[in-house]
Amino acid sequence: MLLILLLVPLFGAVILAFVGDRKFAPEINIMCSAATFAAGAGLAVQVYMHGPMLAGGKFFFVDAFNVYLSVLTSFVSMTTAIFSRRYMRKEREHGRVGHMRMRFYHAMFQLFIFAMLLCLLTNNVGVLWIAMELATLSTVLLVSLYRTPTAIEAAWKYFILCGVGIAQALFGTVLLYFAAERVLGEGGEALLWTNLSRISGELEPTVLSLAFVFLMVGYGTKVGLVPLHNWLPDAHSEGPTPISAVLSGLLLNIALYALVRCKVLVDGATGTHHAGNIMMGFGLLSILVAAFSLLRQKDIKRMFSYSSIEHMGIATFAFGLGGTVATFGALLHMLVHSLAKSAIFFTVGHASQMHRTQEMDKIKGLFRGNPLVGWGLMLGVMAIVGLPPFGIFTSEFLILTATMKNAPLLTPFLLLGLAVAFAALFRRVQSMVAGDVPSYQKPMKAAHVPVLLHMALVLVIGIYMPDFLNKWFHTAVELLK
Amino acid sequence: MNINIAAQINSFLAALVLLTAFGMLVQRRMYGLVHLFTWQGLFLSLNTAIVGYVAGRHHLYISSVLTLALKVILLPYILHVLIQRLKVHKEVETVINVPMTMLIGIALVIFSYHLMSPVRELSNLVTRSTLAVALATVMIGLLMMITRKHAVTQIIGFLAMENGLFFAATSATYGMPLVVELGVALDILIAAFIFGIFFFHIHTTFDSLDIEQMARLKEED
Repeated sequence: MLLILLLVPLFGAVILAFVGDRKFAPEINIMCSAATFAAGAGLAVQVYMHGPMLAGGKFFFVDAFNVYLSVLTSFVSMTTAIFSRRYMRKEREHGRVGHMRMRFYHAMFQLFIFAMLLCLLTNNVGVLWIAMELATLSTVLLVSLYRTPTAIEAAWKYFILCGVGIAQALFGTVLLYFAAERVLGEGGEALLWTNLSRISGELEPTVLSLAFVFLMVGYGTKVGLVPLHNWLPDAHSEGPTPISAVLSGLLLNIALYALVRCKVLVDGATGTHHAGNIMMGFGLLSILVAAFSLLRQKDIKRMFSYSSIEHMGIATFAFGLGGTVATFGALLHMLVHSLAKSAIFFTVGHASQMHRTQEMDKIKGLFRGNPLVGWGLMLGVMAIVGLPPFGIFTSEFLILTATMKNAPLLTPFLLLGLAVAFAALFRRVQSMVAGDVPSYQKPMKAAHVPVLLHMALVLVIGIYMPDFLNKWFHTAVELLK
Repeated sequence: MNINIAAQINSFLAALVLLTAFGMLVQRRMYGLVHLFTWQGLFLSLNTAIVGYVAGRHHLYISSVLTLALKVILLPYILHVLIQRLKVHKEVETVINVPMTMLIGIALVIFSYHLMSPVRELSNLVTRSTLAVALATVMIGLLMMITRKHAVTQIIGFLAMENGLFFAATSATYGMPLVVELGVALDILIAAFIFGIFFFHIHTTFDSLDIEQMARLKEED
């Protein structure tokens, strides 16, 4: 099951590279993603029934933490593929992408999914790094797909800054291997996560704290934490919208996953809260800076990119805080943010296609122009700012209560960040959805399945958390202690 | 081979790697940069082979050959072709404030030694003293990317950083497991193709490879 999960997107990439820009290429893309999702769900059932497992000669490893992220990744990539079918067709009509670029787009999309799944499922901390770099590389040229000067600038920034950042993570991995080799002996075994977590108490604390600084800077760049976030708003706003959706919704999660895995090892070695404190600092700074940056955005995709930084900050902060409640909240937050944010990007993509611009001042009258897009955006924003009854309210509430209990002094800062973000997003969204339809707005058929599906899930999780999810998260929380 | 001699050769090669890193920091001509980068790759490859011989780790031979193929032959070749095709070989980049950059570079070396001293004390490998040099190479590559504004130079800085990382892996642990090293090499190869494509995009869009021109994406107030 695990191999199918990885092989489907890999073969999908090859097939789509050959199929090229035929009429049915988007359908093949959807089918590959659906097959990936089916495999992911199958794997989840397997893990749910039999517990964590090793596969492929210890090369792969599945537990409650990464299996839920794999299901999420394959699910969101499936809905994004559905959305992208209609969206990219429109972009072709507008003449923004040509023949070759469509072929490239589809192949790279599948390769990107493969890289993310490899990141999640591999047992080897070194391979984790390689897959992360592969995920970056496969999306760089997608960000510059439109070949406009701004798109090329954004992609170059993305390539260089993430390349530099992730190089630091490799240095951290080298140090980790150095410490592990002293306990586990030489050879590939010393980088296997299952071995490392077993002996984390025996690892040299000074080396591991040093390694964590490098890992934090490296993977933190990819999570988009302030002050390493410079590339993120550009890369997420200049590329095609389906790519923005998967970058914001999925790739940031994957980077955070890598960071959390490393934190567990460092905590085990040092026995202090050193790593957690660093994460809390970065997280809180990200929340505040992103919230205030939200206020001055004019470009709609840029604004929601900053919102992603804010939410990643919240999750990082919560993982840093540690403890059952906060960790549970962080896991839930990764899930619901990913669903809500990609749904928002779907509607944003349609809205900017209808108006042929990403400037918020020019987007108006969405309720009347296209109720699905208008309401989708409105509900999405309501969810993302943390209004009940949506799932993000639950996760933010959990994180907030944990903060009040364990770090009461930080509560006002957290609340301030949330309040500012709330105000900034609402102020903007109201002027976009309400009012009359402007003359330049063009009607269009929106892809409604992905938006509705995502919003329904966020709502369901907010109202009633299914038992299996609850159990999953509790198992994951135990793993991360 | 005597361990002492091996350690000395190792230190000597490390010094050469660091020297080429400093050279790149202030080299203004494109071809000069590529040549320095080639030399650095060669020193790395030699060093890896010697460490592999002394320590009896045969997988280091593979890494050594891989470095030779990738960083001494393939990447410089790609860079040469790109520089020729894009007609930037005559371009001379203005490097601002050479003495200051050098001083910062020296400060970075000292900082690296300070940072790595606890790790060095724990290690009993022949190569332990060169770990700080490796970190310094990474840092100088980073400094180069910050101070230089030409796309080709930035990429060479990036590759020099990668060299430093590879060197660090050899010094700290006699190399990462083979699967990881192969994966990293593959990533660099993909990155090479991507920046190749990129140079052409930037060139056709901006009519130059000067990064300074790319300043449209800024926060507006």
